[in-house]
Amino acid sequence: MASLNISISAEPIFHLGNFAFTNSMFVSLLTTVFLSLVAIRFYRFHKSKKPSKLNLFIQVIIESFYEFVQTITPHKASQFFPLIASIFLFVMFASWAGLLPGVETIGFRNSHGFIPLFRGGTADINITMGTAIAAVFMVQVFGYKSLGIKYFKKFFDFSNPIKLFVGFLELVSEFARIVSFSFRLFGNIFAGEVLLMVIAFLLPLFGPLPFIGLELFIGFIQALVFSTLTLVFISIAVSHH
Amino acid sequence: MINDNLIVGLTITVGSLAPAIAIGMIVSKALEAIGRNPEAASKVQTVMILGVAFAEAIAIYALVVALILKFV
Repeated sequence: MASLNISISAEPIFHLGNFAFTNSMFVSLLTTVFLSLVAIRFYRFHKSKKPSKLNLFIQVIIESFYEFVQTITPHKASQFFPLIASIFLFVMFASWAGLLPGVETIGFRNSHGFIPLFRGGTADINITMGTAIAAVFMVQVFGYKSLGIKYFKKFFDFSNPIKLFVGFLELVSEFARIVSFSFRLFGNIFAGEVLLMVIAFLLPLFGPLPFIGLELFIGFIQALVFSTLTLVFISIAVSHH
Repeated sequence: MINDNLIVGLTITVGSLAPAIAIGMIVSKALEAIGRNPEAASKVQTVMILGVAFAEAIAIYALVVALILKFV
């Protein structure tokens, strides 16, 4: 029986000097280009007031997500919505990209074995850790924007030793959030890819169908969880103690 | 007897016990809260999904360790 090609780290398709450009980065790039093109088309049809069903569909999605954001942060939803919706859409479409036909199957062979040309965007720890670092960094930015320099007093509170220790724990927990965000997303999506590969080996052709449905659901839920958790941390950072 | 595959299997098995119990407890408390106050159902549901995501992340850490042990 042929052996499965499961590699926990995304395989590089080419190198720019020392920088390895992996297949997941390629798919994330394509996802970003796809989302940008959809946004540009929406804007053009919106401005010229031409009728378009795709615009109505996109408006339904964006407006229902905006109402969802409003249930968590009722007053400042418009400030945080661009970041939260971008994280949600990027994570969702990058995770769903791993389910398209041709992903993880079309590739080339070189000295390191079989290198697939495409791999799910969020199935690479680099992409998820980058998104997590960006999200946690934006939490600090929003905290500084609304509270000023007093925001950082949360971490370095010299009034008494207990508060100093609690502030240090808060600092550590910010970094723990980066790890938790990235591994939650990476673990879910990568485990889904492994599951699909194994099921395809065991029950070819029709076996993976219910599992692809499961992966669609998981991709949506993980995108929702990532963006909602970022929003909750932003609302905690922005509120006065 | 105790070979590598056994350790990998045990990692994910034992690592999923606590999250499974945690998720069960979270959802049961959420259901209780909804039953007591059906008007707050959507708020309770949002917080429940968040709590379940945190608990599930622990199981995912165990899964990632098992995958690293198996494939690296």
